[in-house]
Amino acid sequence: MKSSPKAVIAAAVLMLAGLLAPGRGLAVDQMDAPETVTIKALAELYQPVEFSHVRHAKLARCKDCHHHTTGQQDMDPNCIRCHAQSPENTKVGCQDCHSRKQFYPEQVTARDNPNLYHIDKPGLKGAYHLNCVPCHVKKNAPSGCEGCHALTESGKQLFQVQGKTKTAAAKESHAR
Amino acid sequence: MNKRLNRRGFLQGSLVVSAAATISLAGKSQAATFEGYPDSMGVLVDLSRCVGCRSCEAACNKEQQLPAPEKPFNDFSVFDELLHGQKRRTDETRYTVVNRYEIPGREHPLYRKIQCNHCQEPACLTSCFVNAYTKTPEGAVIYNPDVCVGCRTCMVACPFLIPTFRYSSAFHPRIMKCVFCYDTRLTKGRPPACVEACPQEALTFGRRTDLLDVGRQRIRENPGSYEDHIYGEHEVGGTAWMYLSPAPFEQVGFDTTVPKEPILNYVKDFLSIVPMVLTIWPALFAGFHLLAKRKEKMEQPKKNEGEV
Repeated sequence: MKSSPKAVIAAAVLMLAGLLAPGRGLAVDQMDAPETVTIKALAELYQPVEFSHVRHAKLARCKDCHHHTTGQQDMDPNCIRCHAQSPENTKVGCQDCHSRKQFYPEQVTARDNPNLYHIDKPGLKGAYHLNCVPCHVKKNAPSGCEGCHALTESGKQLFQVQGKTKTAAAKESHAR
Repeated sequence: MNKRLNRRGFLQGSLVVSAAATISLAGKSQAATFEGYPDSMGVLVDLSRCVGCRSCEAACNKEQQLPAPEKPFNDFSVFDELLHGQKRRTDETRYTVVNRYEIPGREHPLYRKIQCNHCQEPACLTSCFVNAYTKTPEGAVIYNPDVCVGCRTCMVACPFLIPTFRYSSAFHPRIMKCVFCYDTRLTKGRPPACVEACPQEALTFGRRTDLLDVGRQRIRENPGSYEDHIYGEHEVGGTAWMYLSPAPFEQVGFDTTVPKEPILNYVKDFLSIVPMVLTIWPALFAGFHLLAKRKEKMEQPKKNEGEV
């Protein structure tokens, strides 16, 4: 997910405004958010996802996806332990915090820092799916793999999809 | 009379000595427990995250260059397959398998990935008499087909029923099992193929000690979401692959009756006696034999005398 320069400026303005007046200027932020985001950072086995930010912003609150970085103050009791007073972030895109590579030596040794609380931060792929799937399941939105992104040629190769298969019937039985 | 007493004394004495040696050797062996290599790697599998997409199976197949599957990896009808009433298992064509479990009282099923758990003190390794198995400092339990004689004792020894035999080539015995992507990834600091493929990050790769922290943090911060247990922390003396589950482990196909100590501990005492048996017993029983023979020899002339 890319944060457009517009969104970054808006967030910066908001931060300045926050210094002058208490409370958060949520409405402006939301309106300045991108309408659609093409999620393609990881597209290799699957086609990129055209993510309608506008549509999802109507269905969920900012914090449901963006944690404490933007939007409402109301938060998970677990997060509020430290982030109750955290200001809004200038960077609110998923990949600003969640790394594309995960479980490589950098991430493994990062856990050596005794002051690091987030020893369990998901990578980018995990962050997307862990955020999207539970809600999709709950709201009966597509939750199978190919419901959101179709397999690419290399994806078909990996999954060894040869010609016509019984996948359609299988997907039914896999109902989640 | 004198002679008989002496012999009895000798027998009693030797029995006492051998018993004492047995007990003392057995005692020593228990002190030598292996706590696992420091900084060895592992994987924490979180069953609450797995959605049964089978990406791990597909990635493993490619990475290990295994034969093509019967059904493509995005065919989910495999979850209904039963062979002799059992869910799918690892075999010579697949090092890892995901199975579905319907849990009473839960809206959605749970999925469980199985593969070699890479024990800290592997029973397969202990059971192998040609040392085909190695527990590497990185945490993997690897296998050397060059020395394997195909006895398949490891398949019997494994508490998780993971090693399988390549029956299709009996003259080149080969055990087929997950090797933690040892040579292609683990030694290069890369996560195993299945871990990298998992979209849900149901598989967390890291140092085993860190993973225990991660697991405990998830249990603590999500009260009610997990069983308060990390399967593999202590099971069979600890495994590199460990599991978190939102439902009781036995409902998700785990064997909760496995001991909390290495399988090796059950045979350590016996094995420690073997060298003693092999060295002392031949001398001991040769002694008995000679003594018995000597008595016969001594009595022979007496008999002859009586006959005359």
